[in-house]
Amino acid sequence: MRTIKTEEITEVVSQLCKEAAYYLPEDVYEALKKGRETEESPVGRDVLDQIIKNAEIAKAEDRPYCQDTGLTIVFVEVGQDVHIEGGLLEDAINAGVAKGYVEGYLRKSVVAEPLFNRVNTQNNTPAVIYTSLVEGDKIHITVAPKGFGSENKSGLEMLVPADGVEGVKAAVMRIIKHADCNPCPPTVIGIGIGGTMDKAAYMSKKALLHRCDEHNPDPQYAKLEQELFEMINKTGIGPQLGGTTTTLAVHVEWGATHIAGLPVAVTICCHACRHASRTI
Amino acid sequence: MAEKIRITTPFTEEQSRKLKAGDSVLITGVIYSARDAAHKVMTEALDRGEKLPIDWHDQIVYYLGPTPAKPGDPIGSAGPTTSGRMDKYTPQMLDQGIKGMIGKGSRKPEVVESMKKNGVTYFAAVGGAAALIAKSIKKYEVIAYSELGPEALAALTVEDFPAIVVIDSEGNNFYEIGQKPYRKE
Repeated sequence: MRTIKTEEITEVVSQLCKEAAYYLPEDVYEALKKGRETEESPVGRDVLDQIIKNAEIAKAEDRPYCQDTGLTIVFVEVGQDVHIEGGLLEDAINAGVAKGYVEGYLRKSVVAEPLFNRVNTQNNTPAVIYTSLVEGDKIHITVAPKGFGSENKSGLEMLVPADGVEGVKAAVMRIIKHADCNPCPPTVIGIGIGGTMDKAAYMSKKALLHRCDEHNPDPQYAKLEQELFEMINKTGIGPQLGGTTTTLAVHVEWGATHIAGLPVAVTICCHACRHASRTI
Repeated sequence: MAEKIRITTPFTEEQSRKLKAGDSVLITGVIYSARDAAHKVMTEALDRGEKLPIDWHDQIVYYLGPTPAKPGDPIGSAGPTTSGRMDKYTPQMLDQGIKGMIGKGSRKPEVVESMKKNGVTYFAAVGGAAALIAKSIKKYEVIAYSELGPEALAALTVEDFPAIVVIDSEGNNFYEIGQKPYRKE
């Protein structure tokens, strides 16, 4: 049994909030540059130039890459041999988010209640926290702030088994086309297939953590990712103002489901596919 | 890219009607930021017959909620937000004399109709290029609704702020024009 103090968790989360907001992951940056090389639209190339320059400024000057520094999603993998001392894990994470967003000059974009009052909590808490128990005596934390321009265009369809692979592709394309130019393309697409409605949505979020140059270990799903990647890049949506670079990567996470079901969830992420991780 | 057109504020209907979808512009002068919450508050005030905190006649609205400024900076990161969320309020706001809107993403047909009627231009800035765009903003001053935090109504002094005309005052839409040659389905 290893003891980890909540203060340490708070400090790490606070650092990760700032890092995620300022530094675009290197694989996303490389995917943008690759898109710039192949983009056919001159306007599209100009947009990609601005996006690439923006990433460089944000990194060099420790500035938020986007003004929407997101609703903070935190994935926590807690080793079963860890004892957390000093309070609740969730409180420690939220304290870290508050500290990071205030100290890092990040925008506070969270309202406490969604419908009637919508009052800003002023420190970007509460975060959306997904905790899982794993082997070992460490805690692995990933902070993935999610902008809502793209979140608002995400979607889910409850297909049936008879819909099959073609049905899944059609559902994904309906969501992509409905989103059109609005979710700040070039996007990264996370797809969750299987589970329940909520599990599919969770998997679609988790899928965004894969590297842009990474492919599904299952060849059937890798093929599906590649086919969807090509279909999305043929829509003409491009980098916001038309072109051939609509998406940088498509990632699928799948899971067991019911004999009657085939849930498909699509989380659209803008080019600010931000996440930062650390192991304590 | 074609040569960029320089625009200065106040932005008149005459200036607006000259611009065409696809034109690349650089905006200099004072523009005003407002997004979801400020639009709700302003249209509610208009419904009650009250006066707005600023005269919107010949002005440009920027759909923006910036990050807080670091010490010594005029503003934090400051890219456009999704304009479509303001569509519900836009025809009423355009009737107040607004001649330009800066944001990102598509607009509803009723907004385009109101733009044609009022001679308004809709510009897009590059979504997510917030640290870069902030370089063209020299001053940020909250005018009203400070309680809304990043959603406050503010005056921004800008120099060579880069934008593209996506919907012109005749309703031509560059989102459609720009996509068409690259649609290969």
